[in-house]
Amino acid sequence: MGYELDFSVVWEHLPELLWGCLGTLGLALSGMTLAMIIGVLGVFARGSNMAWLRRLVIAFIEVIRNTPFLVQIFFLYFALPSMGLKLNPTVTAIIALGLNGGAYAIEIIRGGVQSIHKGQVEAGLALGLHKTQVFRLIVLKPAIRAIYPSLTGQFIMLTLTSSICTSVAAYELTSVAQRIESDTFRSFEVYFTVTLMYLAISWMLMTAFAAISRQYFSYPTR
Amino acid sequence: MTSVFGPKELVFLLSGLKWTILLSAIAFTGGGIAGLLVAVGRTAERAWLRRAMILYIGVFQGTPLLMQLFVVYYGLGLLGIQVPAWAAVTIAFTLNASAFLGDIWRGAIQALPRGQTEAAIALGLPLSSRLRDIILPQALRIAQPATVGYAVQLIKGTSLAAIVGFIELARAGQIVSSQTFAPILVFAVVGAIYFALCWPLSLYSARLEAKFAAAR
Repeated sequence: MGYELDFSVVWEHLPELLWGCLGTLGLALSGMTLAMIIGVLGVFARGSNMAWLRRLVIAFIEVIRNTPFLVQIFFLYFALPSMGLKLNPTVTAIIALGLNGGAYAIEIIRGGVQSIHKGQVEAGLALGLHKTQVFRLIVLKPAIRAIYPSLTGQFIMLTLTSSICTSVAAYELTSVAQRIESDTFRSFEVYFTVTLMYLAISWMLMTAFAAISRQYFSYPTR
Repeated sequence: MTSVFGPKELVFLLSGLKWTILLSAIAFTGGGIAGLLVAVGRTAERAWLRRAMILYIGVFQGTPLLMQLFVVYYGLGLLGIQVPAWAAVTIAFTLNASAFLGDIWRGAIQALPRGQTEAAIALGLPLSSRLRDIILPQALRIAQPATVGYAVQLIKGTSLAAIVGFIELARAGQIVSSQTFAPILVFAVVGAIYFALCWPLSLYSARLEAKFAAAR
């Protein structure tokens, strides 16, 4: 009658699960990188002189933020090939994560850029810094410092969201877990272990983000 | 059997939408009630209660919603509780909502000046009255924008019930998509329906936030 928990299945498949963890980390880090690129470009486009470009960015942000990631990734999974882009599922997943994270990143980064006082930029230019230097040192770095907590929080969310990429069979922890589960029928044992692995991944990322913050952003501001 | 995307398919999607709304509403209500307990426990005087709630919130915020769904779904069966799929996903979403709403309201409770609680204690109000009459009415008001914002997250999150086979809007979309062989059109329509549901809430949340920012 009673069900006997049997974690030996998990132990046997541990190497595969650990590779899955690396898959998730790789997927998440690639997604974060793409999200940051989209975020920075999006902030420029959002502040452009061209009204159609501004409206396009706003529409992109609203559509992404008000629809589920699952629907977004399904849409891309079918839409990209019809545009002639035949990509493997993992690349599709990275694009989906990047677009999703990018929409949130645009709004977060924009908030940070707006927190920079205009006088600071003028002071930088008056000191003879080049426009790109002003952007990099006077706008970007303090802006990133201001938004660091919400940006890294968003990155953790992105990492957890990456588990949904199993639905297009991308290579990551959840899809590895689903394969092991369907081979062994030890559903609870597998998913319970994998949940703890995700917890460890987010804890590791949080620790790493905090260390980076101490390294780069612990300068005095006044 | 294949068909084209017509009125019949749209009706099927809308019947899925009904479940999405119902699932979100139940999880939001149940999660709201449990979330109040989480928020109160998280800000309680007793250290063990606070720590337990920090752990509870941390586990739900540090793991994927999909995994929480799987663990509850298979864990309930393991405990010998045979529940239908819809009940299992409802329980999972309710637990998740309680952690997130609990953390939002925790922040709001902590944002209140400490003197409020001290004055209430000095007046001899019991804990229940302190919470009901002093702390929670103010905290829940401050937390309104974030609470509405979370409702959007919750509605989007219910789409994951599709992965365990529960036929809500996203799953209905998958089914119609495989019947009509028009996945791009179907998922665009499904996305548009989610958007129609979530966007007004997002706008409302932003308006509340602007109102509170102006009042400050």
